[in-house]
Amino acid sequence: MRPVRVVEGRAVPLGRNDVDTDQIIPSEWLKRVERTGFGRGLFSEWRDDPDFVLNRPEYAGATILIGAERFGTGSSREHAVWALLDYGFAAVVASSFGDIFANNAAKQGLVIVRLEPAALAELVALVTADPARHVTVDVERLVVEVPDAGWHHAFALEPMTRERLLQGWDDIGLSLRHEAEITAFESRHGGETPVARLAAR
Amino acid sequence: MGGRTLYDKLFDEHVVATPPGEPTLLYIDLHLVHEVTSPQAFDGLRLNGRRVRRPDRTLATADHNVPTDPPAVPVADPVSRRQLEVLEENCAEFGVTLFPRGDANQGIVHVIGPELGVSQPGMTIVCGDSHTSTHGALGALAFGIGTSEVEHVLATQTLPQQRARTMAVTLEGRLAPGVSAKDLVLAIIERLGTGGGAGHVIEYRGEAIRALSMEGRMTVCNMSIEAGARAGLIAVDETTIEYLRGRPGVPEGPPFDEAAARWRTYVSDDDAAFDAEVVIDAAALSPRVTWGTNPAQVVALDGVVPSPEDAGSDEERDAVERALAYMGLTPGTPLREVGVDVVFIGSCTNSRLEDLRAAAAVVAGRSVAAGVRALVVPGSHRVKAAAEAEGLDRVFAAAGFEWREPGCSMCLGMNPDQLKPGQRCASTSNRNFEGRQGRGGRTHLVSPAVAAATAIAGRFAAPAEVAP
Repeated sequence: MRPVRVVEGRAVPLGRNDVDTDQIIPSEWLKRVERTGFGRGLFSEWRDDPDFVLNRPEYAGATILIGAERFGTGSSREHAVWALLDYGFAAVVASSFGDIFANNAAKQGLVIVRLEPAALAELVALVTADPARHVTVDVERLVVEVPDAGWHHAFALEPMTRERLLQGWDDIGLSLRHEAEITAFESRHGGETPVARLAAR
Repeated sequence: MGGRTLYDKLFDEHVVATPPGEPTLLYIDLHLVHEVTSPQAFDGLRLNGRRVRRPDRTLATADHNVPTDPPAVPVADPVSRRQLEVLEENCAEFGVTLFPRGDANQGIVHVIGPELGVSQPGMTIVCGDSHTSTHGALGALAFGIGTSEVEHVLATQTLPQQRARTMAVTLEGRLAPGVSAKDLVLAIIERLGTGGGAGHVIEYRGEAIRALSMEGRMTVCNMSIEAGARAGLIAVDETTIEYLRGRPGVPEGPPFDEAAARWRTYVSDDDAAFDAEVVIDAAALSPRVTWGTNPAQVVALDGVVPSPEDAGSDEERDAVERALAYMGLTPGTPLREVGVDVVFIGSCTNSRLEDLRAAAAVVAGRSVAAGVRALVVPGSHRVKAAAEAEGLDRVFAAAGFEWREPGCSMCLGMNPDQLKPGQRCASTSNRNFEGRQGRGGRTHLVSPAVAAATAIAGRFAAPAEVAP
């Protein structure tokens, strides 16, 4: 994973509560065995509507997506995160997230920013009034800023999630530091497994 | 110190390491794999020269993409076919046991784990699928993960995990006749909302839960994620033990009794405290139907389509208006006057033998309404064989239902079983999201008995309304 220190650029206000991962990337796209190329499928059913916010030229090239409540509920598909990243988003700001989505995002370096609804509404008002506004998500200082409006708001990340983003650490590598402990656990947690019993029949 | 919850016991027993300032490293006992969320994970292993650490703790099946035609019919969609082939190639290369399309043990991953006895009490179980919560019905900590975590578990048999908060949902009283586990879980989601369980592991308890069969308990745990909870749990009791006895993955004789004695400890202590508690009067519940585009948008079958005017906030009103427009519904319409085009009985929520029995009891001697397409898709080949041994296939066929081969089928638009734009479906699956069953399709979640009655009536109906 590449390190992420700061995400900056335009921010596009999606609105809508309960944006589920089936909307972010419809199931049809999940048949692919590749990890890249999902950006074309991002919100593909909603993008058929010419008025959909992602189709508006003033938000072209945005790097920050602003959701509302419970962004990324439903299916565990990490493809939703791949699609957002592939499309060009590097951070999602919302007041709450689906647990599995947020977890997947952390693994892939998509920055998840939780803002309380009042602060989120202020940010949405700012980028709605002027879509060209430059917005910054600073992972090091844990703050979202709209510099030209003098607006800023702190956000929280789990210390380990923040460190992994800043360092670009690979989770598997981190866990394999505990190889000896895993082996020790397995030696006291042994016996024939149900899968082995089934395979032997 | 107070007692421990079932969740605490399961978590504590699987701690491998507690590095300071980092999440706990948790051991994973069973990793279930399917074709959709695994190809990129196996690629990651190859890229880094890693192997599958414990093939004997890993089990794969093909379910999401498989057509529900007889196995001899080739997979027409080349992208789906390739994904199924890649699963076979990966399992062969990494030594993982696979039940491919047509195998006697093949089926929906959350149906075969319990029925084969590989999902057991006291385990940690993961799968790249959010409905992994199903296996919590056995007193196991089971939750869905993304593809990065699939790769992580394949490589290390562990996952870094923060301890979740605990929520007790107590279902008091017994369900009334005609009210099923599906109605119960829809009522729970209606109460908690789509985010009410976020950050929590839910333990379902109370008289209504204890009275449910294992299959009904799986239906309840299955939809925990629809209330935002990654995992649902039910304490082990004699119903759990008797369900497991004799299953292929379970030991026999004295080793079974030893295992059962250990399994009986997977209950919350009497004095355990939960972070949140919710109590629901299960005895007062009636059959449920979803009307909207998220699983918390639920009404009684006896009710009417709600109005945006009754919403508590602007956002909520917008959400209701958007859902009504998508669903093509008018506020105030009785659900019983809403006609359907398709009825789907299947999915990891409701495709087990009891579900098929409940539906067959309603349709026996009756006929599917003119113009309605009705499908029954058993959750696995074992379910299909057991149902056929009882003659259920003939009951469904005589009524005009299609009796199909096992798979995820019309639960999600990844295989040929899909709605056409604008079609309305009474479905025993778990998600009524926009486009979930096919682009433009309109999904109403119901129980197997209500789905069956709806197929006969051609509109939403309770079994009593279509009784001969």
